Amino acid sequence: MSWFRKEKQKLRATDRRDLPTDVFEKCPRCGEILYRARLEQNLFVCPTCAHHQRIGAVGYVQLLADEGSFEERDGELRSSDPLGFVDLKAYTSRLEAAQRSTGHGDAVITGDATLDGVPVALAVMDFDFIGGSMGSVVGEKVARSGRRALAEHKPLIVVSSSGGARMMEGILSLMQMAKTSVVLARMHDAGIPYISVLSDPTTGGVTASYGMLGDVNVAEPGALIGFAGARVIEQTIKQELPEGFQRAEFLLEHGMVDMVVDRREMKATISRLLRHMLKLPDPSIGPLESPPARRPGPRSRRGRGGRGDAARARRNDRSAKERPSD
Amino acid sequence: MTTPRLGFENDISELEDQIGRLRTMARQRGLEATGELRDLEEKLGQLRAEAYQNLTAVERVQFARHPQRPYTLDYIAGAFTDFIELHGDRLFRDDEAIIGGWARLEGRTLMVIGHQKGRDMKENLRRNFGMPHPEGYRKALRLMRLAEKFGAPIVTLIDTPGAYPGIGAEERGQGEAIAMNLREMARLAVPFVAVVIGEGGSGGALALGVADRVLMMENAVYSVITPEGCAAILWKTASAKDKAAEAMKMTAADLLALGVIDEIVPEPLGGAHVDRDQAVANLKTALLRNLDEVVTLAPMELLQQRWDKYERMGTWYEVAVPAD
Ligand SMILES: [Zn+2]
Repeated sequence: MSWFRKEKQKLRATDRRDLPTDVFEKCPRCGEILYRARLEQNLFVCPTCAHHQRIGAVGYVQLLADEGSFEERDGELRSSDPLGFVDLKAYTSRLEAAQRSTGHGDAVITGDATLDGVPVALAVMDFDFIGGSMGSVVGEKVARSGRRALAEHKPLIVVSSSGGARMMEGILSLMQMAKTSVVLARMHDAGIPYISVLSDPTTGGVTASYGMLGDVNVAEPGALIGFAGARVIEQTIKQELPEGFQRAEFLLEHGMVDMVVDRREMKATISRLLRHMLKLPDPSIGPLESPPARRPGPRSRRGRGGRGDAARARRNDRSAKERPSD
Repeated sequence: MTTPRLGFENDISELEDQIGRLRTMARQRGLEATGELRDLEEKLGQLRAEAYQNLTAVERVQFARHPQRPYTLDYIAGAFTDFIELHGDRLFRDDEAIIGGWARLEGRTLMVIGHQKGRDMKENLRRNFGMPHPEGYRKALRLMRLAEKFGAPIVTLIDTPGAYPGIGAEERGQGEAIAMNLREMARLAVPFVAVVIGEGGSGGALALGVADRVLMMENAVYSVITPEGCAAILWKTASAKDKAAEAMKMTAADLLALGVIDEIVPEPLGGAHVDRDQAVANLKTALLRNLDEVVTLAPMELLQQRWDKYERMGTWYEVAVPAD
């Protein structure tokens, strides 16, 4: 929580420094000149054409987590540069630069929060950190988020934005696809909801692992989502790509995402989805009077004998016959 | 088709030619091969052994992509019996970049699935150079589930430049197909051994490779992106592919050191293409030994070990969190 306030203050400080260019902003799609404060109020969705600007990891945490509920986890994890990788620059210097410019340790922020009163594990990727690429730290933090969801029997929400696996960690970055998918397999068997939110852009190894594995896949309007990069495809097939290719609406049309949701409706939509999957009452009835299952305090694993435990015990009974669970 | 040679292979073959000429000369003059000639041959042997053991990463890439290298069907024909190929994903079509079916290894039934490259241009058009579309991965998953239904072990043979980057592939969910295979391979309660026999091209390779044991042929490579692709992005020029190949640590020895694979299957001197029968025999031996080890595990034990292995992958460290 304190981490979160700190971030907010830092953003304001940056705003003050860049004041002249930040009072007004031109919509990159319709060209409308927008008052920045108004744009911010509108969650960086253009009021004229509904173009969704990127809001970054912190913006997404703010969007989804109930106010003051977000507790960051595993923020102390850092890449150990397993290959000693140097291209035109050293990987370590790329990491340092990204850490300085984003204020984060790696390309995902993970933690626990409530969403409309429902406890969730939340992981939000940060495209500004080396293109949101997935190396060992991203994989481990997403895996740990899934393991917390398993242990505490609460849903996992991952908001992706990534250029794919992180080349500078070589094969180990590829293995993060397997690692995160293994945790999702265990969650699948344990009946734990997983919602994948695909924001702009999500490509490569993230799409080909946890990005597309949601019980429900939700995309932001206009978000670029795909496996192969557009340039690689163009070079391979030697023809231009059609308008709207690999955009969220294209994926909806082809059956790869469940819905394309306006950012202003994102939290309410996820809340309704979660409540269906958790057999909780319709959110329009009002906020939850008491926490649905267990709402653990900071870094605690309390709460024996609740409804969640009973449900889990039943599932364990059932699945123990065929395969181990959690 | 001419057999491509690595730089040092030209030097070696020149030496071989010289020795051959000397021997012919000696025979023509009615002399026994001299001790000198034998010494020379011995030295050549050492030179070859050393050269092939110290291949650079990019030379291994050339071996892994060698057009005469044994492919999945060659290993199946040589090491397995009673192979019955099964076709199609039951959703869209049959993707011939991946093949699979029932087969026997020393009499025991199992499901064998692998990427399949073509031997010539005509076959490559059919097999798309071993680059699958989503339906290839979905066929593979269907066959893996079939194996699980009947309690048969699964063997996959990995050899692909990568999943195909095309419009249809994206429309039909290349990302989803790979992702679903990764998740479902973690749930298959039967013994599973994967072998990288040639090119392990990124997610398109991994989509057949979440297994209890992962083996690699000595000159196979396995990486997150091709050296050419990595060079183009990070070095801004594809000509830096040698550096990229070295930096990414993509050889069998590298992957064994990183704990990503379990075993290196030796290839005959000069590469699997020089003596395919030997390569096939070596793989068969390694497969039998590894299968013997994993078939003894109970399904739950097997899955737990598979999960633990993948959940440990990666390295990181922790910094002290600044006090609030
Ligand atoms: Zn606009």
